[in-house]
Amino acid sequence: MPEKIFRVNMTDLSTSIEAVPDNWSGLGGRGLTSTIVAAEVPPTCHPLGPNNKLIFAPGLLSGTAAANSGRISCGAKSPLTGTIKEANAGGTSAQIMAKMGCKALIIEGQPQGDSWYSLRLTPEGASIEKEEKLIGKGNFAVVEAIGQRLSESVGLMSIGQAGEMQMAAANISVKDPDGHLRSCGRGGLGAVMGSKKIKFISLDAAGGKVEIADMEKFRAANKTFAKALVDHPVSQALGTYGTNVLVNIINEAGGLPTRNFSKGQFDGHEQISGETMHDLIVERGGKPKHNCHKGCVINCSQIYNDSAGNFKTSGFEYESIWAMGADCAVDNLDKIAEMDHILDDIGMDSIETAVTFGVAMEGGMLKFGDSDEMIRILKDEVAQGTPLGRIIGSGAGNVGKIYGVTRVPVVKNQAIPAYDPRAIKGIGITYATSTQGADHTMGYTIATEILSVGGKADPLSKEGQVELSRNLQIATAAIDSTGMCLFIAFAALDNATCLPALIDMINARFGINLTGADVTNLGMNILKTEHNFNLAAGFTNKDDRLPEFFALEPIPPHNAVWDFSGEEIDTFWNF
Amino acid sequence: MQVQVKLFAFFREGRFKEEGRELADNTMVGQVVDDLGIDREEVGVLMINSRHCQFETVLQQNDILAIFPVIGGG
Ligand code: SF4
Repeated sequence: MPEKIFRVNMTDLSTSIEAVPDNWSGLGGRGLTSTIVAAEVPPTCHPLGPNNKLIFAPGLLSGTAAANSGRISCGAKSPLTGTIKEANAGGTSAQIMAKMGCKALIIEGQPQGDSWYSLRLTPEGASIEKEEKLIGKGNFAVVEAIGQRLSESVGLMSIGQAGEMQMAAANISVKDPDGHLRSCGRGGLGAVMGSKKIKFISLDAAGGKVEIADMEKFRAANKTFAKALVDHPVSQALGTYGTNVLVNIINEAGGLPTRNFSKGQFDGHEQISGETMHDLIVERGGKPKHNCHKGCVINCSQIYNDSAGNFKTSGFEYESIWAMGADCAVDNLDKIAEMDHILDDIGMDSIETAVTFGVAMEGGMLKFGDSDEMIRILKDEVAQGTPLGRIIGSGAGNVGKIYGVTRVPVVKNQAIPAYDPRAIKGIGITYATSTQGADHTMGYTIATEILSVGGKADPLSKEGQVELSRNLQIATAAIDSTGMCLFIAFAALDNATCLPALIDMINARFGINLTGADVTNLGMNILKTEHNFNLAAGFTNKDDRLPEFFALEPIPPHNAVWDFSGEEIDTFWNF
Repeated sequence: MQVQVKLFAFFREGRFKEEGRELADNTMVGQVVDDLGIDREEVGVLMINSRHCQFETVLQQNDILAIFPVIGGG
């Protein structure tokens, strides 16, 4: 069926279906959400006001049999950073949305009054319904209720209490095939959904299918592509230990931010490591391997049970475990799992929230390592929307100001993730220059600097880092448009058959003739579109900087400081 | 000389997490890997005292050698 744009206006509660404009037809995922935000959102608007728009788009290959192609992109102006934002997640929504022929969902306007709503997407378009019962409830209650009301197989994207309260750390949850949750995590997009008064979006493709222009070519390319993924040793390690396999290696390299970024190694690293997690999962009858959508051949997710053998959390990621673990000096994996589950339920970004706790610990709100108090604050303060809860939910930058802390690890007000930029310098360039605030996934230089995948770079040297980050940010912007999970990048960096096969699939799907250069251009255009939005919103090159403490405080064990000059960082945009 | 060896991920299976080893002077990293029965092809990252090194790097007294398979995440 021909692809359509679904538009929902929450001001007058109307919906419409539009043809896809020509200049959007070759876009998907992040490329499309960022293009639409740039075209339709006034850069200076308030992110939680009527002029911001919330866009969802499946990737170019989502809904097909292409391996690992089920990412959904969500875009808007971010209430956390004030920049353009795209966050993507697995789960089943991208595939269902693509199968119903919906190329993008644009939610605009803002309702008057206190009523809440839900959206229902089918091949016939979007419809708006009033919602009362589930308001104030967590995401897991929404999943359960919608499973009963509609069916277990519908796609579902929802916000928890944090999104309803428009907290800057609120995320959007996406249901996976087993009723667990993945998240469009970063940048407070859950707050934007809350500002539109939409509690959840259900999706039903009603048997629809994605059309493939050249099925034979598609199948052959997918076979090559999937083989490249499966054969790569990184994929195999991800399936065994999850992304949490990184704790020990980043710790060994001296770049694991510990106790609110005051050290680069954590004494309790072994207790929270991927190796320990794997053994616990097996011992307790969980699953070390799990996929967040059908068609994933890497399986980095897992089912983590508590000591009684009951489900505790899934998609238990390195970033979350590092943030609630090393950064807050918590060395107990079960406590971290408990927090991970609560964060999924109330719908908050685990990186932003946990880094916020690290800053709060530095400021004296609670003690480093006090996971019981963290759990209490999440349940009794954040979920209830008390003043303290709202402070925590407003992010690390705010809490730093409130407590007079100078060691506040944010760029463009977004918390810095799990790699210290003093000890691993290339990732600092990504944090500084990313169009979306500090975000490792925008240009994952760790692959080259630490993991020796796709070449090598000395993490303690400045040499070549700007170029490395630039090349990876361009490639990532393109990959984020295909619907591919970013973990295909390890195979793509090392195996010469992988990327051509991916391009062949896109060509076979649409009956077009993209080349590698076209894909690079696509990545560059996306970055420039995003950058221009930010400039028009009032950002300058002076915002592409790391916090001052990184230059002032050497980090053990390497006692390295951040030593890039502003001029050096600014060369990033020379393309 | 005395060297501390650390293993990670599946390299630990049937071996150890961390062990002190007595080595002849001028031993190279690759020799330690070979002696442990680890296939060099499977090695992703080698570090001495938290800095990347190579199979050819010569070990020194009290070095901490970390041996990782090819791994990744994000
Ligand atoms: S590798 Fe992980 S994040 Fe990527 S698609 Fe598979 S389960 Fe989802």
